[in-house]
Order: sequence, then C-alpha cells, then structure tokens
Amino acid sequence: MLERALILMGCAIGAGLALIAGIGPGIGEGYAVGKTCEAIGRQPEAKSDLTSTMLLGCAIAETTGIYGFVTGLLLIFVAPGLFLGML
Amino acid sequence: MEVNIQGAPILFTIPVLGGIPITSTLVVTWAIMALLTGLSIFLTRGLKVKNISKRQAIAEYLVATAEKFVHGNMGEKWDRYVPLVSALFALSIVSSLSSLVGVYAPTADVNTELAWAILVFVLITYTKIRTNGPLGYAKGFTEPIFILTPFNIISELATPISMAFRHFGNIVSGYVISTLVYAALAAANRALFGLLPGAVGQILAQIPFLDVGVPAILSLYFDWFSSFMQAFIFSMLTMMYIASAAESD
Repeated sequence: MLERALILMGCAIGAGLALIAGIGPGIGEGYAVGKTCEAIGRQPEAKSDLTSTMLLGCAIAETTGIYGFVTGLLLIFVAPGLFLGML
Repeated sequence: MEVNIQGAPILFTIPVLGGIPITSTLVVTWAIMALLTGLSIFLTRGLKVKNISKRQAIAEYLVATAEKFVHGNMGEKWDRYVPLVSALFALSIVSSLSSLVGVYAPTADVNTELAWAILVFVLITYTKIRTNGPLGYAKGFTEPIFILTPFNIISELATPISMAFRHFGNIVSGYVISTLVYAALAAANRALFGLLPGAVGQILAQIPFLDVGVPAILSLYFDWFSSFMQAFIFSMLTMMYIASAAESD
C-alpha cells in the first residue's frame, strides 16, 4: 500500500514539476513578439514577412514547453500503470 | 464527475500474428486520405486551357499557392518537393480539423506524427548522402572534432523526435484543455443551478447550459489556429531541413 502511494505521489509531483518547463517558452515567445512589434513599428511594410517568421520562431521556441507537457502527460497517464505493474 | 481523457480508441482487432489492433487513428487517416484524393480527382477533372471552370480555378489557385510556398522557402530548383510538402500540409491540417466532426483526431496520436517525421528524416538523410556522398555524410558526424561524434548523432536523431512531439503536443494539449474546460463548465453549471430549490433545480442542473458558447472560443484557438499553425510549421521545417541538408559543407 505504501509503495503504491509513494509511486502515485512521485508521479503527481513529477508531473507538476515537469510543467515548470512552461515558463521558458512563455518568456521567450513574449520577447520574440515584443521584438517583432518593434520591428513592425519601424518598418510597417514588412509586416507579413515579420509575422510569419515570428510565428515560426515561436513554434520552435515552444518545443521545450511541449517536451515538459509531454513528460507531464506520460507521468500522469502512463507512468503510474507502468510502475505499479512492476510491483 | 467523470473526466475521460484517453488515447485513440481501438475499433477492432485483426486476428493474425497475435492480433493487430486497429485504432481509430488508422481508420480516420485512411478516410482523410480517401477524401483528399477524391477532392483532388474532383478538382482536376476535365482541365481546359481556355474558359476554365470554377473548379479548375480553385485547383489552379491551390497549386500556385503550394508552388509559391515551396519556392519562397526552398528556392526554384526544388520543384519536385511541391507534392510532398503540400500533401503533408493538407494531411496535417485535415487530420487536426477532423476533431471538429467528433472523431479522435489522428494528429492527437503520436504515431501519426512520428511516421511523418521519420519520412522527413529519411529524406534529409537521403539528401545529405546525395550531396556529400556516403563518406562525406559519415565524415560530417565528426565535425568539428572527433570527440563530438556522439553528440552529433544525438542531435541528428533529435530532429524527427522534436518535429513529431511539437505537432503532437500542440494538438493533444488542445484536446486535453478542451476536455477539462467542458467538464469544469458542466460541474459549475451543476453547482449553479443546483442552488435552485426543488425539482426545477434538479432538472436544470442536468442540462449543461454553460457548455454552450464558451468552449467555442477555445476551439477557435486550439482547433482552428493551432491546427493551421502546426501544419504550416511542420511543412516549413520539412522544407528548411531538406534545403539545408543539400548545402554541402
């Protein structure tokens, strides 16, 4: 019983910690968008190019956050069953 | 309150080799491929040079857009990648949007994206070997010094994995968040109308009024914007990786 509780607790805490990865992309994308706004302010005629480049960059910057999210999903939906099966 | 979040449901099992499970991902992907093929055949039937029909105008517009997309990102000499990139784009966006009609979106299953990413990885490797030759390709791993070979191999293998997980994570996070919001609104609805006295409150609490409207705004972002964005990024990255693989170093 204690082992089960420990495993579930570890998975839940790990999932919560994994979601801290969301901070980085948030800051990074905000910075990218801010810089793009500045650039559009300076050169409004380049808006469409800047927007598509920014969206691509944002999507790539998002990758680490997505890794955290996928790790959280695995810890919630896959890991408990896997580790409890090992007992 | 039951919140049900799960992977692609298994529809049936083929009883060979110990049973091959057929998930809804496979069935829906084949349906989407049939749909896209049928649409292409429908749009390109009876092509003419003059007095073109509306159908042909749409087909020409789509092909011209795809060609402009590839030429703008890869250059003019990559004409033969137009079908691949536009097929990936169309398959990705229709798969993601298929969640709107209530089926489990194939792109919310990591196997779909891994298959596409492995295809792209094979193309990248093929292009690299073609550009530098087999020896040059193998030698590329030892750049800039020999000790870094394991890291180069890891970064090479990380390409398809990150491509697949980026797309998968975006779509599945939309799915998880919409499911949670639906459940939360239903619970809030029950708490709110449960305050009404007597049988009226009991009956009203069973009908999720709050589920009308609010999730549609989320759906606009998670289904429409995210689907389009991820399809765009996946095809964009495909083009960029292949084009940069062709630059001999």
